[in-house]
Formats: sequence, C-alpha cells, structure tokens
Amino acid sequence: MKSLAELQALRDKMKSSIGIRDDDQASIRVVVGMATCGIAAGARPVLAAFTEEVAKRQLNNVAVGQTGCIGICQYEPVVEVFMPGQEKVTYVKMTAEKAARVVSDHLVNGNVVTEYTIGANAK
Amino acid sequence: MYRSHVLVCGGTGCTSSGSAQIIDTLEKELKRNGLENEIKVIKTGCFGLCALGPIMVVYPEGAFYSMVRPEDIPEIVSEHLLKGRIVTRLLYQETVEADTIKSLNHTDFYRKQMRVALKNCGVIDPENINEYIAYDGYQALGKVLTEMAPAEVIEEIKKSGLRGRGGAGFPTGLKWSFAAKYEDDQKYVCCNADEGDPGAFMDRSILEGDPNVVIEAMAIAGYAIGASQGYVYIRAEYPIAVKRLTIAINEAREMGFLGKDIFGTGFDFDLDIRLGAGAFVCGEETALMTSIEGHRGEPRPRPPFPAEKGLFQKPSVLNNVETYANIPQIILKGADWFNQIGTEKSKGTKVFALGGKINNTGLVEVPMGTTLRTIVEEIGGGIPGGKKFKAAQTGGPSGGCIPAEHLDVPIDYDNLLAIGSMMGSGGLIVMDEDTCMVDIAKFFLEFTVDESCGKCTPCRIGTKRMYEILDKISKGKAHVEDLDRLDKLAQYIKDNALCGLGQTAPNPVLSTIRYFRDEYLAHIVDKRCPAGVCKELMNYYIDEQKCKGCTLCARNCPVGAISGNIKEPHIIDRSKCIKCGACMEKCKFGAIEKH
Amino acid sequence: MEMVNIKINGLPLSVPKGSTILEAARQAGIEIPTLCFLRDINEIGACRICVVEVKGARSLVASCVYPVNEGMEVFTNSARVQESRKTTLELILSDHEKNCLFCVRSGNCELQKLAQEYGLSDPTAWAGETNRYEIDDSATHMWRNNNKCILCRRCAAVCEKNQAVGVIGANDRGFKTHIGCAFELDLAQTPCVSCGQCITVCPVGAIGEKDDGPKVTAALRDPEKYVVVQAAPSIRATLGEEFGLPVGSNVEGKMAAALRRLGFDKVFDTDFGADLTIMEEANELVERVQNGGKLPMITSCSPGWINFCEMYYPDMLDNLSSCKSPQQMFGAVIKTWYAKKENLDPKNIVSVSVMPCTAKKYEIGREDQSAAGVPDLDITITTRELARLIRAAGIDFANLPDEEFDTPLGIASGAGHIFGATGGVMEAALRTAYETITGEKAGSLEWKEVRGTEGVKEASYKVGALTVNVAVASGLSNARKVLDAVKSGEKDYTFIEIMACPGGCVNGGGQPIQPASVRNFTDLKALRAKALYEEDAGMDLRKSHENPAIQELYRDFLEKPGSHVAHEVLHTSYKARKRYTV
Repeated sequence: MKSLAELQALRDKMKSSIGIRDDDQASIRVVVGMATCGIAAGARPVLAAFTEEVAKRQLNNVAVGQTGCIGICQYEPVVEVFMPGQEKVTYVKMTAEKAARVVSDHLVNGNVVTEYTIGANAK
Repeated sequence: MYRSHVLVCGGTGCTSSGSAQIIDTLEKELKRNGLENEIKVIKTGCFGLCALGPIMVVYPEGAFYSMVRPEDIPEIVSEHLLKGRIVTRLLYQETVEADTIKSLNHTDFYRKQMRVALKNCGVIDPENINEYIAYDGYQALGKVLTEMAPAEVIEEIKKSGLRGRGGAGFPTGLKWSFAAKYEDDQKYVCCNADEGDPGAFMDRSILEGDPNVVIEAMAIAGYAIGASQGYVYIRAEYPIAVKRLTIAINEAREMGFLGKDIFGTGFDFDLDIRLGAGAFVCGEETALMTSIEGHRGEPRPRPPFPAEKGLFQKPSVLNNVETYANIPQIILKGADWFNQIGTEKSKGTKVFALGGKINNTGLVEVPMGTTLRTIVEEIGGGIPGGKKFKAAQTGGPSGGCIPAEHLDVPIDYDNLLAIGSMMGSGGLIVMDEDTCMVDIAKFFLEFTVDESCGKCTPCRIGTKRMYEILDKISKGKAHVEDLDRLDKLAQYIKDNALCGLGQTAPNPVLSTIRYFRDEYLAHIVDKRCPAGVCKELMNYYIDEQKCKGCTLCARNCPVGAISGNIKEPHIIDRSKCIKCGACMEKCKFGAIEKH
Repeated sequence: MEMVNIKINGLPLSVPKGSTILEAARQAGIEIPTLCFLRDINEIGACRICVVEVKGARSLVASCVYPVNEGMEVFTNSARVQESRKTTLELILSDHEKNCLFCVRSGNCELQKLAQEYGLSDPTAWAGETNRYEIDDSATHMWRNNNKCILCRRCAAVCEKNQAVGVIGANDRGFKTHIGCAFELDLAQTPCVSCGQCITVCPVGAIGEKDDGPKVTAALRDPEKYVVVQAAPSIRATLGEEFGLPVGSNVEGKMAAALRRLGFDKVFDTDFGADLTIMEEANELVERVQNGGKLPMITSCSPGWINFCEMYYPDMLDNLSSCKSPQQMFGAVIKTWYAKKENLDPKNIVSVSVMPCTAKKYEIGREDQSAAGVPDLDITITTRELARLIRAAGIDFANLPDEEFDTPLGIASGAGHIFGATGGVMEAALRTAYETITGEKAGSLEWKEVRGTEGVKEASYKVGALTVNVAVASGLSNARKVLDAVKSGEKDYTFIEIMACPGGCVNGGGQPIQPASVRNFTDLKALRAKALYEEDAGMDLRKSHENPAIQELYRDFLEKPGSHVAHEVLHTSYKARKRYTV
C-alpha cells in the first residue's frame, strides 16, 4: 500500500461487495420470484445478474432479494421493483440480459422498461 | 458475486453455544441446494445479544435469526435462501412485524445503543482485511501519515476528550503527549488486551470482531509518539481473538499497513503479540510491561511512569483495546464529532458487558451519560422473573455496587466515582432482590485475594484478612467491632497498596457497607441473611399445615435428614441438613420454607 | 548539582534532584524504616513500611523509591503514616512464625527491631490463616525457612541481579506467595552456587547457613583429636562487627587470641595458604604464557565461582587455574608436610577453617581434595559461626589482648592479606609474577588499577617484553560480562581474577550480617577492604615468594612451584555439572 489514493480505490471496490449488508440504506428493492416455478423457469441466473449488475455499478441504495411464488407462474421468471413513493413495477419472463437493461434504465435512470412489464406481455 | 450474505456470529459467546456447527451445517445445506456460489457465509464477531446466541443474520433482508439450532438450517436454506420466504417462526420475535421485519437497529436492545467502538463487530468478516477496508479501514492511518504531523494527531485526540477505557479514565491524548515528550532511540506502543474482570468481555469482542481497528490505532499511536514497535498483550484464554488478531497482523503486513515505509511516508511500525497466562494483575500497566519483558508479572512502583520508562525501560504508551477502537473514527470524523457525544467530562461511548440477573445479557455500547436505568430496563430488557432490581456492580473487583437510588445517575467516569464505584473496563453485573450483598462483597474479595500478585504487604495479607472477616460475617460469627476492623483495614489497603489494583481492592466491600449497612448488621447482630443466600445463616423448615406426608422430600434428601410417616407431616433434622435445597425444589405443596 | 527545595515535616530542605524521599529524610536527620529496600539491588517498593504522606497525593507513597520534586511537602510521622506502618507490621507478623527466642537472628532481626520501635503489643492482631512451609535444608551450605519469610525479595534480588544465578524467586501468588525454586524443587537440585549472598541480605531468620559450630565444639572436646584452625584473610576485617566494633576494624590479634581461648591446638593463618597459592598460580601463569597454554587463565580461589563455572560456563573449565583454593592448599599441607613434621597421624587431625564463605562448606566435600588420603579439610565455619562460638564460650572479645598466630603456618605476607578483597589475588600474583618473569623488582608494589570496589576492573601491564592484559570481576553477574566478552572475542585477557561475591571475600556470604539501614548508606565492601590494604601497606613482608615459611616449605617438601609433588598436593581438577538434577 503505497498511497492513500490506492487505498481509497481498494475501499470503493470492496464496498460494492458488501453493500448488501447495509439494510438501512437501501431504498430500492428488487425482488426475484424464487419459488420452484421461478427456479424451473430460470430465475436463478436472473437473480445473479441483478446482484452482479447492482454491485458493478455500486448501487448502494439497491437491495436485491428474492421471494416465493408470486402466483403468475406462466410469466416466470418474475421480478418486482419497489421504489419509494412509486407503484410497484412487475417484470416478467426475465432473462439475465433483460436484467442488465432493467438495472441501467430503470434502477439507474428511472425509466421503466415498459416492454418487459407484465402489462406489455399480457396483451 | 453473491446475492445474499449470511452472517453467523463467531464470537466466543455464540461459539460456545454452537455457532461453529451452525456454519458447518449451513455450508453443507447450501452445497446440497447448489447455492454455494450465490450465498456467502461470513463468520463475524459479536453482535452483542449473546443471550440469544447462536445468532445469524441474512442480508439483504436483514433477517435476524436467534437461538439457531442445526436442525433449523435446512428449512432456512430451502425456504429463505432459496425461495426467499423468511422463516418468521425462527426470527428474533421482536423484529417480526405484521407483514414485514423490523431492522435490528430498531429493536429495544439496539435502539438506544450507539456503536462506535463496536462499529464493525457483527458486520464484517474479521478474518478478511478487505472487509475492514471497505468500511474505511486504514483511511485514518493514511490520513495521519500523509496529512498530519505527530503533534497534530495528539492534539486531535486531546481535543476529542477521549479517556482510557481500561478503567481509570486517564485522558488518552495527554498520555500520548507525555510519551512523545521523551526522546529515545526506541519507544513502544502497547495494547492492553488482558481483560480480567469477572464477566467482562468487551475487549475480547472487539478483537474477535474487528482486530484491524486495533492494529490501525496502534500504528497511529506509534506515529504520534515516535514508536516503531508495538505489542499486544492478550490473555491466552482468548484463543479466537488471538487467532483473528494474528491473521489480521499478517494481512496488514502483506498489505503494507505494518512494516517499513508505510504509505510510502518513511514511517516504520510493526506489531507483535505477547500472550498472558491469565493473571488478573497483568492488566495493571507496569505489571503488563514487566510480563512482556519476560518476568513474573508484578507491578512496579511509579514514578517513573511508563511514558518515561515503560517497556524495557523505554518511553511507552499503553492503551486498552476499546480505547484504540475509537481512534480511527476520531481521526476520520474529527474530534468535534466525538466530543459531542457523551457528557461534559466523559466523551464518546462506553461498551458494557451486561451480565447477571438481566434478560438481555450481552454486549452493549451506549453514549456516556446514559443512565443505568436505560441500560438495565430498556436495553437489557429488565430483570427475569419480575424480580426487583437491587444493585448493579460496575468496575469489577475494583468497583462497587450501585443501589436502586442511583439508577438515574448518568453514567460517566466522575459520577461513578462519586457514588463509590468506578467505570472500570465495563463489566456491568445486575443483581436482583435475591442477591446478598455480603456474599457479593465476599465474591469479589475472594477474586482479589486469589489474583493478588503477592508483592506488597497490604494486598497480599491485608485482603486475605478482610476476606476472613467477611467470611465470619457471612457465617454469623462476627461481632459489631468486626465491621470497624473491616473498615479500618479497607482504608489502610486503599492508602498503602503498591498498585491501583490493590488500592481499589476494598471498593466492593466499602461500597456495599455504604449502601447496605443494614444487611451487614442483619448478618452480624441478628445472625440472619435477609436475601437467604448465606447458607450458614438459614435453615429449611416444613410447614406442618401444608405437608401432606407424600415422602417425596425424604426420598430426595441426599443425606437422609428428613423423616416422617407416610401421610403425616415430616420434619427436617437440622443437625444432618446440608442446606442443598433439594427438598424445597421437589415439594409439590410449597410446604418447605427457608429462613 | 541541581537541587530541589522540599519540606519534610515542615522543615525546609534543599536536596539533590533525583534523590528519593528516603535519602532526603536522612539528610534531615529522619530515619525512615525500610524492609525490602536494598539500594541498587531491590528497589521494588513492596513491603510498604517506608510509606510517607506527600501533600496532594491520593495515597501514601513508598519513600524508598519515590523521587523528590520541587515544592514537595512530606510528612513522615503523621498519625496516618504511623498507623499504616503499624498495621503493615501487624499484618506481616500475622503470618510470621513468631518463635523469636529460638531464632538465629534474634537480636539481629530487622523485623524484631521494628516491632519493638513501633510498640506492637497484640500478638494476635489480624490473626487468621497462616502459611506453613517445610524447611528446605537440602543444600550443603544453607537452609531456607519460609515460615519466617516476609517476602521482601532481597534474597531473590541479589541472587538474580548480583549473581546472575536466580535460583530463588517468588512462586505462587496472593497470600500463598512464597520464595522457592523453579517447580518447587529443592535448592540442592538447582544450580545454586552456594555463595550465601542471600543469607547476608535476609532481614529476618528465613535463610541461614548450616551451623557447623557444634561439630567444632565436639572436636575441641575430644581429647584424642589434634584440632588446628586457620582463619581466612578477610575474617580479621569483619569479625569485630559481630562484637560491636566499627565496620573496617582489623581484629587480627584479638581473633588469634579468641581462637586460642576456644581451645584450638594450633591457630594458623590462611594467608599462608594464600601465599602458597600465589607461588603455584604465578608459576602456572608464567608457564601458560611461555609455553602457549590456555589463556586467559582464571583464578580458582572462590568456590562459588568454581561452582558457577562448572554449571554455567563448562566450556571455560580449561581456563581455570588448577590450583586448589588457599583453604584447601593449607589443609593439604597440614595433613601432609605438617603432620609428618610434627609426627601426627593425619587421621587424628581435625582441620578447621574460618571462612567468609558458605560455598566453602560445599568445597570441602569436593572430589580430588584429599592429598593425604583423608579430606584436606574437615570443618569449615563462617565468621558468623565463629562469633557464636566465641559468645557461647563467654569470651569478652572486645577486651582481648592482641596475640600472634602460631608458627610456621601463621606467617604470611601482605600479598596474602589482600586476598580478601577484590583485586587482591591479582595484585599478589602480579607482585610475584613480575619478579619471576623479569628477574627484577617492580618499581611499586601497589597495582592500584586492580583495587577498588567496581564490579569489573581492567588493566594492561608491561612485564618485561610481555604485555599482560588483566581483568578483575567480583559478583557473578560481572563475571558473566567478562566471560561473555572473552567468548565473543571482544576482549583478549591474559589473566582474570573472579570472586563470586561482590567486592570479594570481605563481602562474602559468611560475613557478619549488617541491616539494610547500614548496607544502604555505607560501602561495607570498601571499608572492610581498607583494613586489609592498610595492614599490607604497613608490612615489610609484602610478596608471597619472600615469605620465609613458604620458602622453608618448598625447600623441605614441595621442591619448587609446579613440581610433581606440588601438583599431587596443591592442585585439583574440575568437571562440567548439570544445572538441574531432576
């Protein structure tokens, strides 16, 4: 360790890997349906993608969690995003790629990816 | 990248209630469910709520599982970790709300606490320096080395108002400034991790939960006073702390936080561990240094003070673990942040090891000035069985008992001294109405007699004689004059003993005489122990009216002291009775009394 | 010298900066009692008898170790101080075997004296549990009785600090604390060197020499035995202290008179043996120097040192002179040459020595110390034991006339006398070696560089074409320094004198016990040595080789120094010994 700057860079890198433990800070919650149906439909890679993307971008205010069966098994994998003061957004038939986009568009920039939502898919 | 972190307490408390087995089972179950790459298990230091151990917290939800058993693990893994359904039944019930869970920080136990010294305990993996770094670890060291002169560091610590957490409360900055003043080719920084008060485990928990904070602070102290070598004196009975500290020192060396030319500033500092054999007296600063030097751990006269001639006769600074744990944050957040916490003369927070007759035994950290009532009734969750609070003991064998009338005194160094106790290192033992104060005084004095190093006459022989008088009192064999003799001897020892431990040894006796003189007199004059503790002064009786003659008591008496015909009232032969209480426990009719 | 102004009991006083309160009080004519304090050796503030009140201090302070500072106000006699000291004494006595009448130290006990001064009146004060210990009498030379020990640690401190041996120290803790050996071994199982320094510093009767006085009495009472006695060089400089004479009084004449009155058949002088030692040792040195023998050569007079060398520096045994000590040479000569000359059966001779030394009790039992087939020496007693015999015989020592030793073994040179002080053997050897090597007389007989009480002295002398580098060490911790310097190659000496006891035999473990109040403020070693150097300076006969009795002995019996017969009678051997025998 040769300089303070080097230490700070290391800290920032490390922080992302443990931000998950700051449960008081997280204002945005991303919940992945992880019941048997969800897992069968491929929810695990989706969950992993969310976790990774959130960490990569050091989104300390985002908590990625999982939940049981949401009750719309035909749309699995299902992901719900809760943002303070806003309606819940439900994304369906998610994939890892889609997850990355939800993170960048919705979580970072606040634009719901309408084409992935249950509303768009139910039509 | 892990989507979920499971923190399992690996402090000594939870380890002894089986947390290692929990971790084992957890890792096996995760593997069985193919989750080992998604869920990370972290063994942390103490969470504080030792009464509820083993403790396990799952993030990101912050679900707080308490008293976890290995057989609960498969359910927690398959339901919670796999499917995201928190197993509410197994949570610490106070955190369970209608449709959600309450963060731990909002429970009664944690709400009134303020975690400064314990900031990282129960949060990070103490065996991974990167987690410490993630929480701003070694930033303070970097700051002092690159931006501050040694004198500025000392000034900052002085300004913070930090006082020694080992017991006496000497201002830390002042202590550093003394050692800085003496020129020498070698100086030393020492850490007192020889925590020895009965029931105290603050320092152990910090070293187990956050060893790097001590390393960082010692390096800062080394820079401030001009020392290049440090020693951590830690008792060998703390194997987990020793192991984690060893790992931390090695990691810190690898990362360059210890060793030569730290942060490229030309500052050299290294640390070594010295194991103590567990003698209480080695917590006394000069005895500790004598022990590090390889001699029998005994105090030496002061002056010369360690700041001038300490370890190996060189200028030295010795601080306690908890004191060090405050240093990095004072540097990073500033003295003004720190000195706004606490009371006028006692700044910051204090960690207490809460024990005795209290619901939430464990580790708590509160701002100085918090009342005993808050700690006992709110954080501690009150006394079990609806019993009445009688007194709290602080300061260990050097401290005293605080009676109910002082429950609302804000706790700080000076207030505790004024009411005849002392801060001490932070043991806080709660006593209820069933506690005999003579017995308590005897307990602490027995400890002192046992742990006296035997060097000076007042402590070696004086405390023994005090104990003998107390013993007479507790057996109803004392006279009123014995109370005066006890008092005389106590004052003599305070005035004449060589070291601080000897001088304060009579405190538990003096404070109990001060607040509970009537109880002493009951033992001496009435030959009666009001709390019903002192065996020699009580007897068991069978109430003839209530006894049904079921013979259960007689059958359970280990010495055959109870006789009587079936369906007739029984009697206890007091010449045979050993007062074990087995009869009273077994009687279904409440017919046996003791008084 | 920087001075500070203080007040003691209201009396203004200016004392050197860095003084302790104890020293400052002495300057004001106030004697503060001490028990554990031994200047430079045991400054641990443990017993608490010396406590005083310092204005502004929370508790009382130990005056023996507490430095004065400007403006300090001290009270040495307040009620608080007086009562505290009294309680301290009562507490000590509450765990002390109080059978003073039967104690060897009765009348010379620092605790007894204090108990009287403080007017203690209640023998049951603070009575409670007492510790009971077995007496350790395993060693040849001494016993330890922990039942009387007050844990001042003076014994442990001299053992470790002065002697670098450290075989006794505090064991266990709290009320059970006691002085003992590692793992509670017996003293005889440890590498104790038998120097007896612990005995001379014990304030009470917890340590003492094995009393061989009764053996002497028995021999004297046996009409069949021919009992001869020799007295070591240093005894004349110390025996007077036992009878109230000032430290440093030379009582050679009274001592000879007293020994004669005790009934010894012959009263001889070990100084003759010392002269004989010089003859052999100087010759050995010259031989080693001239024939490339093992150097540096180290003296072998001090049996405590020999024990130390055998146990701690076995790799240096070849450096030791093969000469027996003066006592043993003397003993050997009595049972060989003298017995033949006087027509005595060596088996009928009881040869007694009076020594400053407890290690001599071990030495007489060593192997290779029986020139006549019987032990060279039979009984050895210390100065203290001799004083007890004199008292028991009702001899009014102080008023005895001066008498001479018997001849011929009572004739000695000044060189023999100074053997009793550190540097004396070196000086005596140099006086003889110089003349042997150069064949001419030395300019001065006084080799001042090797005199004095410092622990290590060094000098370099031109002896003819040779440069002789010498070192003198007394006290085994000093010996260690010199030996380590030799081993590391840092120093290159020709000849080294080592005495086990600091200051040499005048401060030996068998010498009169002076209380700490005297030891702390008087240089016992220097005062006692002065008596010997003064006697030497006043003599005509100052070189061993000029002693006519020595010359007669060589003519008659030993032929010449280093001869075959001299080796048979006067030389010995050494062997490495294990430190712990468990």
